Amino acid sequence: MTDLISMTIAEARNGLANKSFTSLELTDAHLAAIEAARALNAFVLETPDKARAMARAIDAKIAKGEGGPLAGIPLGIKDLFATKDVRTTACSKILGNFVPPYESTVTSQLWRDGAVMLGKLNNDEFAMGSSNETSCFGPVVNPWRREGSNTSLVPGGSSGGSASAVAALLCMGATATDTGGSIRQPAAFTATVGVKPTYGRCSRWGIVAFASSLDQAGPIARTVRDAAILMRSMAGHDPKDTTSVDRAVPDYEAAIGKSVKGMKIGIPKEYRLDGMPAEVEKLWTEGAAWLKAAGAELVEISLPHTKYALPAYYIVAPAEASSNLARYDGVRYGLRVPGRSIGEMYENTRAEGFGDEVRRRVMIGTYVLSAGYYDAYYLRAQKVRTLIKKDFEDCFAKGVNAILTPATPSAAFGVGEKGGADPVEMYLNDIFTVTVNMAGLPGIAVPAGKDAQGLPLGLQLIGRPFDEETLFSLGEVVEQAAGRFTPARWW
Amino acid sequence: MTAASGKLIKGQTGDWEMVIGLEVHAQVTSRSKLFSGASTEFGGEPNTHVSLVDAAMPGMLPVINEECVRQAVRTGLGLNAQINLRSVFDRKNYFYPDSPQGYQISQYKSPIVGEGVVEVELDGGRTVNIGIERLHLEQDAGKLLHDQAPSLSYVDLNRCGVALMEIVSKPDIRDAEQAKAYVTKLRSILRYLGTCDGDMEKGSLRADVNVSVRKPGGPLGTRCEIKNMNSINFIGQAIEYEARRQIEIIEDGGVIDQETRLFDPNKGETRSMRSKEEAHDYRYFPDPDLLPLEFGEAYVAGLKAELPELPDQKKARFIDSFGLSPYDASVLVAERESADFYETVLAGLTDKARDGKLAANWVINELFGRLNKEGRDITGSPVSAVQLAAIVDLIGEGTISGKIAKDLFEIVWQEGGDPRALVETRGMKQVTDLSAIEKVVDDIIAANPDKVAQAKAKPQLAGWFVGQVMKSSGGKANPQAVNDLLKAKLGIGSVP
Repeated sequence: MTDLISMTIAEARNGLANKSFTSLELTDAHLAAIEAARALNAFVLETPDKARAMARAIDAKIAKGEGGPLAGIPLGIKDLFATKDVRTTACSKILGNFVPPYESTVTSQLWRDGAVMLGKLNNDEFAMGSSNETSCFGPVVNPWRREGSNTSLVPGGSSGGSASAVAALLCMGATATDTGGSIRQPAAFTATVGVKPTYGRCSRWGIVAFASSLDQAGPIARTVRDAAILMRSMAGHDPKDTTSVDRAVPDYEAAIGKSVKGMKIGIPKEYRLDGMPAEVEKLWTEGAAWLKAAGAELVEISLPHTKYALPAYYIVAPAEASSNLARYDGVRYGLRVPGRSIGEMYENTRAEGFGDEVRRRVMIGTYVLSAGYYDAYYLRAQKVRTLIKKDFEDCFAKGVNAILTPATPSAAFGVGEKGGADPVEMYLNDIFTVTVNMAGLPGIAVPAGKDAQGLPLGLQLIGRPFDEETLFSLGEVVEQAAGRFTPARWW
Repeated sequence: MTAASGKLIKGQTGDWEMVIGLEVHAQVTSRSKLFSGASTEFGGEPNTHVSLVDAAMPGMLPVINEECVRQAVRTGLGLNAQINLRSVFDRKNYFYPDSPQGYQISQYKSPIVGEGVVEVELDGGRTVNIGIERLHLEQDAGKLLHDQAPSLSYVDLNRCGVALMEIVSKPDIRDAEQAKAYVTKLRSILRYLGTCDGDMEKGSLRADVNVSVRKPGGPLGTRCEIKNMNSINFIGQAIEYEARRQIEIIEDGGVIDQETRLFDPNKGETRSMRSKEEAHDYRYFPDPDLLPLEFGEAYVAGLKAELPELPDQKKARFIDSFGLSPYDASVLVAERESADFYETVLAGLTDKARDGKLAANWVINELFGRLNKEGRDITGSPVSAVQLAAIVDLIGEGTISGKIAKDLFEIVWQEGGDPRALVETRGMKQVTDLSAIEKVVDDIIAANPDKVAQAKAKPQLAGWFVGQVMKSSGGKANPQAVNDLLKAKLGIGSVP
């Protein structure tokens, strides 16, 4: 059955259409793989009964020729997406055994198109983290290991479960969310493809909110084409989310293989950091050369406000989070720890329900919004955000089609290795990705090579607003040049 | 604009002036809530009008209800106010079980409506202009039920998320009378517009009252805010009490603490609720779930063109078209229902221009008088506007006298029926047959020679004859005809 799980979505789509196998067979193969891979801790909830029921139903439809773009494809769902009648926790104790009576818009579109849900995937608590170590269900383990080492590595975060599961062949693709790099960084750490769409491209309705002005759902898949296939189903306007944009969803898959000849690719000089590992630098140069070989033109560009992006992000995101997480108060759903007064009940519930990183961000957010500090922190951060956005707009106005950067400053690190003493050490993981969220732009992380220890590294392409298609075209060029990377199975 | 002076309060150190500003919370008339599709209906079983958004379930997002925006803009136009084509929704963060999101969506720095003005009438026909600082849209909170269980409070979210307009006045109000008149006028405007039902008992209209005192013309004093007043009379009482309390403290050498207070209607007192130090830091910031609210000039112009006639305009029209006194016109327009009733009477008249003023007198004196006496409301009047119009018509055309009309009104009040038919069947028609009246006049003159002599010497005494003639005709004789005849027969200039 290994054949069934190592296929791409595109390949499985053909196999299902040709009746080479059924969705139930495909689903069973993945359920078995999930069961055998519990050491990775990628799934926080397996839903085999639901998966088989969905697979049977879609098999019946396929038999009648009524499939859908994702007919029969088994997927994993990040636990940040509300799934009707299926426990949804955001991997926080505070949601406890919360079972939503509603389905997020993005997942309902996947089911509309025929996909099958295998279960819910681990993530950093409320998507706050870059290593998937803040989950109340414990850390996710990266299927990749350093050559000759048994050290458990993190898969990145916050969509660590999604990345790990896709890399380890536990699901054919997964939903993920990206607020500061939560799709692209784990994709880079696991040699998978991750797309952070333009802000407003996917509905946020039914996704547990972290930072509303930055959150965006996107896919993690094993190939650029698969990511494009998933994107088409996930994207679209939703009247229930007024920040989603009413624009037609293009056929992203059609962009795969399109010529990139004559495209202007910006190489931002500010992303060349002091102390950046030589192999990351080398990979970046290599990636540029591949694009050039495909006919693209390379131009050095400047994004002068880049250095302010991370500090500004760590004001805006916690500020919004501190307010978004106020609803977890023990009154209506989730965890309640009693107290002698309503105030004490709030304090007990939230102290018990939130982990350290979430508490830290709620406190930072509360501080930066408080009277007397608002102007100095929140307002200033918003101004920085406007400048960052303008940096990109200026480049695009000069004809730049996309921007190439490393996805992360390093490869995956060990579980428990970073951020213990200084949370900023962890925050620096997002240095190349947060600017994209701050500017609301689309970004894609594509596996591009390995470091000296045999760990995957990724490149990031940043596009113009709503021009995900160009990213898919360019991403595939990188993919073709770099080849695909699969971890050796040890679990 | 300088505020009109108000009533001063005498203290031991001289006169004191009150400076008052009001924040009125008016529930927007709309079928669904400000950011969700749940019903706004009052009085449902607890938690039956609650959507996933209202309950702040994870991942839920607000979507603005355009009807509430329309109502806010219409209200702004009714308050002669600046309409802001771009406004922003902010989050006001605080924890309380009646606020499931942990924040209220409100408008802080950029409200939908800016400065405006309301003309307010006071006793004796004086008017003052009260400035409007702003109007913004915000969510109402839910309700806590403390009487359902011994050690727990229950939460009812039916009202949670219903749209409110917070209408903030400038501190232009100078005494309790002005404050009451302002709320009365504001309520009237909202009800004319149909943007708020103004039902204070149900909490559709509530006010926070800011009061401070100072020596007339002196620097502003420290203010206290009296929260959540739901009766116009209580507003007046609370202001009087609060101003005297502050004056007493200052005159005793104390200082006023800026604080939030509650009014206890049973004791007629205000008491401290929380001090400035305990005040929340609401950490306002723009709600990232909602885009700025934007619309064009044409949208506003369209709503302006369709505004109904408002009390001030209606009053002017009543004065101009029917010669009503400003006082009578004010009485009629004060409540939308009264004005509507009068308008319906007008519509039923055969000759509006001739009898419009007469109709106003009948509505105000006879109908309102009688309704007041019985403690009834205009909407429950036993005499309909159509019936009253018929009565006024009968007077106007000379079929019945005013005196008979009162009898007729009584019959209609008690028994109902078509006034014109009643006049017919009960023989209440005024006698205008001169020969019939002349006979009565002659008889009375013949029977009372002494009175004739007196009246000739002192024409004022001729009134006695009028009374006698009316009496013996059962009130049906045409008074003008009686006067004319008596004048001629008694040989006097005029009958008083």
